[in-house]
Amino acid sequence: MSTAMTATMTAQPLVSEDGKSLVAYHLVRWHLAAAMISLVISMSAGFLYSLQFLGYFPFSESEIFSPGHFRLIHTNMAAYGWLVNGFTAMCYYVIPRLTGYRVWSAKLGNLIFVVWQFILLATIGGLLMGKAQAIEWGETPTGFRPGSFDMNWVPVDLLVAVGAVLLIAQLMVPIFKARDQKFYVTLWYFTAGLIWLALTYLMGNIIPEWVLPGAAGAAVTGLFIHDLVGLYVTPMGWGLMYFFVPLILRKPIWSHSLSVIGFWALAFFYPLGGVHHFLISPIPDYVEFGAITTTIAIEVVVTTVVVNFFMTLRGKWSALRTNMAIRWFYAGAVMYFITCLQCSFHVTWMFQKIIHFTDWVVGHAHMIMYGTFTFWIFGVIDWLWPRIVKREWYSNRLRGWHFWLSTIGIVIMFTDLTISGLIVGFMQRELNPWSDMVMASIPFWWVRTFSGGMMITGLLCGCYNMWMTARSDREYVEDAHYIAAEAD
Amino acid sequence: MERFYTLAFVAGIGCFAVAFVLSFVFPWMTIDDYHGTQFVDWDQLAETPSSSFIELSEDFPEEFAAAFPGGVTSENYADALRQGRDLYIGQACWHCHSQYVRVVSNEMQRFGPASNVQEYQNALNQPHLWGTRRVGPDLTREYGLRTNGWHIAHLIEPKDVVPYSIMPSYAYYFEEDGAPKYDGFALVTYLQWIGSEYVRLEAEAAAQAAAEEEAAQ
Repeated sequence: MSTAMTATMTAQPLVSEDGKSLVAYHLVRWHLAAAMISLVISMSAGFLYSLQFLGYFPFSESEIFSPGHFRLIHTNMAAYGWLVNGFTAMCYYVIPRLTGYRVWSAKLGNLIFVVWQFILLATIGGLLMGKAQAIEWGETPTGFRPGSFDMNWVPVDLLVAVGAVLLIAQLMVPIFKARDQKFYVTLWYFTAGLIWLALTYLMGNIIPEWVLPGAAGAAVTGLFIHDLVGLYVTPMGWGLMYFFVPLILRKPIWSHSLSVIGFWALAFFYPLGGVHHFLISPIPDYVEFGAITTTIAIEVVVTTVVVNFFMTLRGKWSALRTNMAIRWFYAGAVMYFITCLQCSFHVTWMFQKIIHFTDWVVGHAHMIMYGTFTFWIFGVIDWLWPRIVKREWYSNRLRGWHFWLSTIGIVIMFTDLTISGLIVGFMQRELNPWSDMVMASIPFWWVRTFSGGMMITGLLCGCYNMWMTARSDREYVEDAHYIAAEAD
Repeated sequence: MERFYTLAFVAGIGCFAVAFVLSFVFPWMTIDDYHGTQFVDWDQLAETPSSSFIELSEDFPEEFAAAFPGGVTSENYADALRQGRDLYIGQACWHCHSQYVRVVSNEMQRFGPASNVQEYQNALNQPHLWGTRRVGPDLTREYGLRTNGWHIAHLIEPKDVVPYSIMPSYAYYFEEDGAPKYDGFALVTYLQWIGSEYVRLEAEAAAQAAAEEEAAQ
């Protein structure tokens, strides 16, 4: 571990050479708050959309509040509202601590914050007005009518590109200043992940929309969906795990070699799998086979990383019981392993025949985005929030409710959608009438809505707890917690 | 390995570039060479207004004239296709209806011939609308299967036509008496267009094969 990493163990507010605080805490706080609000919006939109499947959608007379619009808001707010804001908050906290340098400028940070929240509002507005771009996970409006330069909305895509470039510059400055140091694992992921974010966004929002139609465009769309998860969300998520798990457990990561394998194999194999979102399609078969093979190879990478983390926990298993953040992290890691194992099977043509186009995939997507990456951010929030607002958690019971409602909710949702996907997939192959497939799905959709309700209830417990913690008057005392941890 | 420049240039840019070439540039080059695919632009697509567009103008003359001043012209047809697709995108129709037929899972029995590359090489498939989920059925082989009246009734209240449908109602694109508004005309025109490229290409190929056979005799 680098000296900077060891320095964080003291958990004292770090101060740079000129006496200013190393971390711009207000930016961490703002981005975390914006992230939580975005997640509430995203999950409420998803919940509303799920009601359409049951015939209880409340605004069926309205064009603006149509179910399709809520579907788009659900995924886009999860990606650009929740994950980007959440990871940005973490970067503001972690990067200065690891490099020993402040981010470029706190004022620029204020600007990026405002620009990014404006992007989110313009995205919600644009999606409600029907100005979506037809790129899955990149429905942020282009601001132009497809295939022309007639402006019809705020050019959100351009703003995102500007915002992302500013954000990357902001966070890259301290990393670049520390370029002569030997980097800790977290910084490997963050350095590459920030560059990948810019490249992925540009590629996905330019080529299919403006340059190429049909199958070639679809190859890029597949790559975009995949890279956004694999080259932004995953590196950021693992970067956080590599920083916070050793910090909280107060012991180094088990194996440095496994970290190296994990990182480089992710960098090499992960982006090659992009086309697997459109298998058995007009995209040339040899490209599909390449994507399938590399996707299966990713499972090897995943195993090395997961093994590394569980070996780190060895000797400190009691932390799962005593430390809520560790519990979030490892619950997320288990679900990460399950999802990736599932992926290495269902990426094959044999599974694709049956489960593509069904709820199986929906379950898979929720497990990885919610069960893993959202859980990890929740874990970081659990550890960080009292230190940021300098208050003790308002209620430990609410922290427990948040965790258990979320965990049970996502496990039910995943199981339910996976079974539903199998049933409907086989019905599709057996040429059952379409209405039979809908009828067969409805009980599963009820369970899905119910489990979504559990997850939202858990989230609201978490939000209320964060709010009351920030308002409480019980000062946070760092030392007592570390003494308790040592005694374990 | 753990230095800034290695991380930024080898992992950050290098690995991304390798993947970009292998999973985008390669298939793109293959697709471009495949049977000499050609891009069909807006002018070619809208040159001859479809029969369903003409029928709409005859069945709803007043409403049609109000929505499309100038009547059935290529410009108006292009406008209707474009607006219809904008609605299809904006309402996220493509998140519940796919637009490609696979060669597996008996899809060719259920929907029709499997999709090929050329039928997507046109302006209305940029960006492509393949979709990744089928809550409702695939739409690529719907061309010529249904009347305008069926589409209008179905969009106003899907349950009236397909009893177990869970599709939302799009009644706000139509007047009280079922006559389409501008958006209604556009949406029906676009839905009636989906899959027509495949039919046109098949007809062209058949005509060419017949001509070659004749020449050979």
